[in-house]
Amino acid sequence: MNVVRWVARAWAICTLIFAAGVTFAQTPAALLAHYKTQAQGQAAGDAARGQAFFTSTHGNEWKCASCHGAVPTGKGEHAMTHKVIEPMAPAFNSQRFSDLAKSEKWFRRNCKDVLARECSAAEKADVLAWLLSLK
Amino acid sequence: MNSPLLSWRPLGAVLVLLLCAGATWAQPAGLKGAPAIFTAECTSCHIGYAPALTGEASWRAIMAGLDKHFGVDASIDDRARQTITAWLLAHASKDSRYAKPSADFRISTSAWFVRQHDEVGSKVWKRASIKSAANCGACHSGAARGDFDEDRVKIPQ
Repeated sequence: MNVVRWVARAWAICTLIFAAGVTFAQTPAALLAHYKTQAQGQAAGDAARGQAFFTSTHGNEWKCASCHGAVPTGKGEHAMTHKVIEPMAPAFNSQRFSDLAKSEKWFRRNCKDVLARECSAAEKADVLAWLLSLK
Repeated sequence: MNSPLLSWRPLGAVLVLLLCAGATWAQPAGLKGAPAIFTAECTSCHIGYAPALTGEASWRAIMAGLDKHFGVDASIDDRARQTITAWLLAHASKDSRYAKPSADFRISTSAWFVRQHDEVGSKVWKRASIKSAANCGACHSGAARGDFDEDRVKIPQ
């Protein structure tokens, strides 16, 4: 019976850890902390570097700013369809960076369009640090 | 018989004919019943294109190539892709006029679209207020609701 109890306890602990991981506070600050941790000691979360990254091209035609605007406190416009894109800076749009899965999806896609690769955790932290500094 | 009202009769007949013609040509473009995941995934970069704007072949090709979606990575997870694809296919146009895919599977290059817009000059498309054939809302203010009624078209300067 000890084995059963042990398995049950391990299961409960796993469930708790999983639940904590899923429900961790999904705020822009928490996402920034998450990306900094993921960067594993690499320099990460530098707002100035984030701005430079956001407003530069990286080998492809587009930069982040092509659709989001050079200072994304206001609305941007999709470079192809010209659909309005709501502000990216969390202070101007509370929906932004409030859902890790959503942020990951958009980073994955948009980084591929801009850099032809996925962004590193350090790059995401830099950009988010800059966006958070816009008030 | 000299009543001025009677002279309007032929005009009334023409109006009725025009209305009938309009009803025949009106796009079956509704977005009614779209699953929430369609709105979440397919209306961020462009308006929600109603499934009846093209046929099954186009939708299958589009949904199979989302990682290279007309030059943009629009990949989504498998579950979302399956749900959206099922809804698009269920409501895709079965009318051969709309269902025939264009070479690049764009709605804006399909025969019916080109024919319906043949009076719009190339310079008009390039106006800063329009810019792209994907920008339906520039002229069709109800486009996001699936309303493409020709009577409500207003081409901006």
